[in-house]
Amino acid sequence: MMNTELFGILVMFFGTLLLAIPLGRNIARVYGGERSLLDPVMGPVERFFFRFSGIDAKREMNWKEHLKALLTINMIWFLWTMFVLMNQGWLPWNPDGNPSMSADLAFNTAISFVVNCNLQHYSGETGATYFSQVFGMMFLQFVSAATGMAAAAMVFNALRERTSEKLGNFYDYFLKSLTRVLLPLSVVVAVLLMFSGTPQTAAGKDSIVTLQGDSVEVSLGPVAGFVAIKHLGTNGGGFFGTNSAHPLENPSYFTNIVEMISQLIIPMAMVFALGYYLKRRKFAWMVFGVMTAGFLALAIPNIVMEVNGSPAINALGISQSSGAMEGKEMRLGAAASGFWSIVTTVISTGSVNSMHDSSMPLSGMNELLAMMTNAFYGGVGVGILNVFVFIILAVFISGLMVGRTPEFMGKKIEAREMKIALIVALLHPLMILAGTALAAYGITHDPSYAWLNNPGAHGFSEMLYEYTSAAANNGSGFEGLGDNTPWWNISTGIVLILSRFLPIIGPLAIAGLLAQKKYIPESAGTLKTDTGTFGVMVFGVIAIVAALSFFPALALGPIAEYFSF
Amino acid sequence: MKNQQPTSLFQRDLVMEAIKQSFVKLDPRIMVRNPVMFTVEVGTAVMLVVSLWLLFSGDASQGSLGYNITIFLLLLLTLLFANFAEGIAEARGKAQADSLRRTREDTPAKLKLADGSVKLIRSNELRKGDLFYCEAGDLIPSDGEIIEGLASIDESAITGESAPVIREGGGDRSSVTGGTRVLSDHITVKVTGEPGSSFLDRMIALVEGASRQKTPNEIALTILLAGFTLIFIIVCVTLQPFAGYANATVSIAALISLFVCLIPTTIGGLLSAIGIAGMDRALRANVISKSGKAVETAGDIDVLLLDKTGTITIGNRKATAFFPAPGVDRSTFIRSCALSSIADETAEGKSILELAGPDVTKGLSLEGAALIPFTAQTRTSGVDLPNGQRIRKGAQDALRKLTLQAGFTAPAEVEAEVKRIAENGGTPLVVAENERITGCIELQDIIKPGIRERFERLRKMGVKTVMVTGDNPLTAKYIAEKAGVDDFIAEATPEDKMAYIKKEQQTGRLVAMMGDGTNDAPALAQADVGVAMNSGTQAAKEAGNMVDLDNDPTKLIEVVEIGKQLLMTRGTLTTFSIANDVAKYFAIVPALFMASIPALGALNIMGLHSPESAILSAVIFNALIIPALIPLALRGVAYKPIGASALLRRNLLIYGLGGLIVPFIGIKAIDLAVSLFI
Repeated sequence: MMNTELFGILVMFFGTLLLAIPLGRNIARVYGGERSLLDPVMGPVERFFFRFSGIDAKREMNWKEHLKALLTINMIWFLWTMFVLMNQGWLPWNPDGNPSMSADLAFNTAISFVVNCNLQHYSGETGATYFSQVFGMMFLQFVSAATGMAAAAMVFNALRERTSEKLGNFYDYFLKSLTRVLLPLSVVVAVLLMFSGTPQTAAGKDSIVTLQGDSVEVSLGPVAGFVAIKHLGTNGGGFFGTNSAHPLENPSYFTNIVEMISQLIIPMAMVFALGYYLKRRKFAWMVFGVMTAGFLALAIPNIVMEVNGSPAINALGISQSSGAMEGKEMRLGAAASGFWSIVTTVISTGSVNSMHDSSMPLSGMNELLAMMTNAFYGGVGVGILNVFVFIILAVFISGLMVGRTPEFMGKKIEAREMKIALIVALLHPLMILAGTALAAYGITHDPSYAWLNNPGAHGFSEMLYEYTSAAANNGSGFEGLGDNTPWWNISTGIVLILSRFLPIIGPLAIAGLLAQKKYIPESAGTLKTDTGTFGVMVFGVIAIVAALSFFPALALGPIAEYFSF
Repeated sequence: MKNQQPTSLFQRDLVMEAIKQSFVKLDPRIMVRNPVMFTVEVGTAVMLVVSLWLLFSGDASQGSLGYNITIFLLLLLTLLFANFAEGIAEARGKAQADSLRRTREDTPAKLKLADGSVKLIRSNELRKGDLFYCEAGDLIPSDGEIIEGLASIDESAITGESAPVIREGGGDRSSVTGGTRVLSDHITVKVTGEPGSSFLDRMIALVEGASRQKTPNEIALTILLAGFTLIFIIVCVTLQPFAGYANATVSIAALISLFVCLIPTTIGGLLSAIGIAGMDRALRANVISKSGKAVETAGDIDVLLLDKTGTITIGNRKATAFFPAPGVDRSTFIRSCALSSIADETAEGKSILELAGPDVTKGLSLEGAALIPFTAQTRTSGVDLPNGQRIRKGAQDALRKLTLQAGFTAPAEVEAEVKRIAENGGTPLVVAENERITGCIELQDIIKPGIRERFERLRKMGVKTVMVTGDNPLTAKYIAEKAGVDDFIAEATPEDKMAYIKKEQQTGRLVAMMGDGTNDAPALAQADVGVAMNSGTQAAKEAGNMVDLDNDPTKLIEVVEIGKQLLMTRGTLTTFSIANDVAKYFAIVPALFMASIPALGALNIMGLHSPESAILSAVIFNALIIPALIPLALRGVAYKPIGASALLRRNLLIYGLGGLIVPFIGIKAIDLAVSLFI
């Protein structure tokens, strides 16, 4: 039983890796403008879009133009979604007659889908219509993922061995991310899900009579397509309230594997794409190695702890042969749920197939750490950008250690780049710790807010988790937190915007500045960034800068809970 | 000067001066230049206020008065240690520079007036453009250029070399340095700089805090450290409401202690000392750097242009054989070789006379002859005798052109001989009489022992070595291969050097070169690091960004290592400082919460005695590590040419892993001692 579960996990991990390498090569070809697989099908579609919109996809942009295009287009999507959500009650395609959203909830929801986070303070069955699910949420799940990929593509371009301001065309990268990667893969995944029982229908609620004779209303909808892009785009926003724990979103162990692979595949493939694109495959393997080391360091303890079950229950003399099953689905099991809980937090999906609130305390800590570091694979496109910032910091320190002023990919790292990298690195702890501090202060001094379902250390973890999830643009919830209140909707909304766009603006600016610098060829004295030693350095920087800043907070939350068992 | 070097890092008088400076530098206006230590100063001030409050109010919520005062004193000590590090580095640099300067402050100068008379004034009254006169026994009062005369000069005060050197007007050896002594003859010297603007004055100013500017890399590192400091400000400020939620009381002393321990005080406190020590090390190697940036850039050098003569080969070439052309009488040929060399002051010229022997040279006279000096353009020199004989000697191609222009042909036997000499690493010198080639002289180079190994070392550092020589390509190739340089520029003119530097710079490489002549000045200015020899002309010294007092061409190699050491010391201490945080977290975080959340006592993996002792131990460790690392900061981390990857592995192991482990041991040991008193 246990061996089968572990085997399932290995299949998921190595299956993803095997698929991610060729996908990465294809992505590199697409961004490099080389001939690729889908040219005959998608070429005409892309040309139509560019002719229709009047965009000259051949015109190369500098990094500032890239940012301008990226931010404007995101602003428009935000406004559109706000409109849809606040008016969904009377808009068409609302078979279940769900109401429009309140302004603060619409703000939180629109922001959270624009920024690829999908923090959901509503439940899909009752809070959204099919129209807003498809033209609001699902639309944003595609374009927000493509935004991250397009930003990463510009960084790839900027790191080539030359000096230039021209870094490709944002719209070209953006559209091709959709037509060549996200859309085709989504079709494949959606079809697999549909065959496994996930609904894809325009019809409203179905009603069935259960064995007990009760009549039950079952929510349906265009779920399969939604769930496909929810994972491929590392969005994580569920069609239904309980996300991938819902039997129609994730019906079986097989769909669990499909969804797992589809959320991991693009973040992994982007790393290999970087290697193929820059013709530095060894560097890509170094980055992959660092990410995987971090990922395993978090995932393995989680699986072990979840499989072993709660010591408190053991003490009662109750057998837990199938592991800690509180808040988990029988059809998925403890091991696969433990594995999923780390996959969904290291990458910014945030879809859940079990209650993270019910994880063992230190599993909960690992889920938090996964989002606090936010660089082990990470979200589509943005994961690479996050790790890029850590690499810049690591290059600076280790460059000094070999006796040269630091260089990365033949470009000198100077004061300006350091400043930007640090602002980005600083933002994450600031958002998480300041947000949690304000909430902790609020609840301590006015218990009437009453948004905590649990007192003490666990309640603290719930608040910490919510801000961490928002800052990492993850979107999963610890739950147990009454989060549909103006305070949580607005404060997490602000955290979402800042934590999405500054970590995109920063790396783009650094890459843009580096691209303009003189290219210095490598010599024997140059720091090699594709070695294991440098990998250790990057890992060390992530562990000490990103993880250790949260040590006191974690001590008061999950660690205190663990030791109190 | 070498004999004046302090042998110990901490000389008594320097330590006294540094201690004084430790207190002077507490001035917040000075402190604010270093953001890391400035925040420590703010924390110290807060602790002072808290301690005073406790003293007068008797409030007990913040822990005992003694405990708070102890924390205050420890933080103050941290600041003083950091200031002391900077102070001692400054004091050492200043002592070094002062000993150079002292010699000439009150030197009398013999000012030459317009009418030719001499007036005795003090050296600091000399102005740029003034002429002064020096004779045997005089100390030269100021840097300058000889405009008349020749003298042997003892430069040991500056270079430590006891052998006197010859300086004379109108060449590349016309420059004299203040503080050196004339041993024989007399010279008239023109002052080349205003008082206070000599290289030494600039160097002293660099070492002293006032005009010291941060180098670009230092600025970037300061930003990094300031960033870390900000992160830990966030961590500590938010801890207060967190603790409030958990019903834990965290005292101000504990919070500030956590903050000071987490921010990178070790590197923050030592950063400026490292920079000053880098310049000081250059000075100890007898290289005066005009800016801190130049030392830093030296570590990045990719290409090193080295003159063959003196760097790769010992001294100068020596004439080893005469080869008259067919049909030319051997003794006549030797005679004309000697005639053309009498006025030639170069070592080559002298060696030709030596080879010719006293029998030939005794009766020679240049009475009435016109001397044709060597120029880089004609690449020939010689003499026009009163009887109409025109003797020229020089590089083969130059003379070949000369003889072809005059309508003669170059004898094939001489061409063959020239080729043979060149292929064997010798330098052929062709001689012509009245534009007709009469034969050639063989000159041979001797490659310095050990130079091959040094180039190997440079190659491992990733530095490409380029030999610059006036030799023809064949000779140059032979010597280049024998010495193990990567590339060479043969028959180099100053324009060639310049072009080579520009070409390398265009591909993004940084180039260093050494030069002495006025015609080197443009290339010295173009190079990223230009080291001028002290014996060189004033123009060369102005153009370069370093001056080598020893006139030792191999010094470039040392300069590169000093630059690398400087950067490495910064990098390794930053790594060490940040790695220390892990242990400090494990000391302080359980101490903060153990009282209110007993379960967190499990995090006290070091088994520290009590919350108070844990915090005190961490703060004491944090303070003591600064003075413990001062010797390393001043001496620099040893550079090993083992390639970048191996170097990173080594330093990461020593300073990264070491930085993780050492504080666990240190804090535990201090805690054992502290617990005896609590």
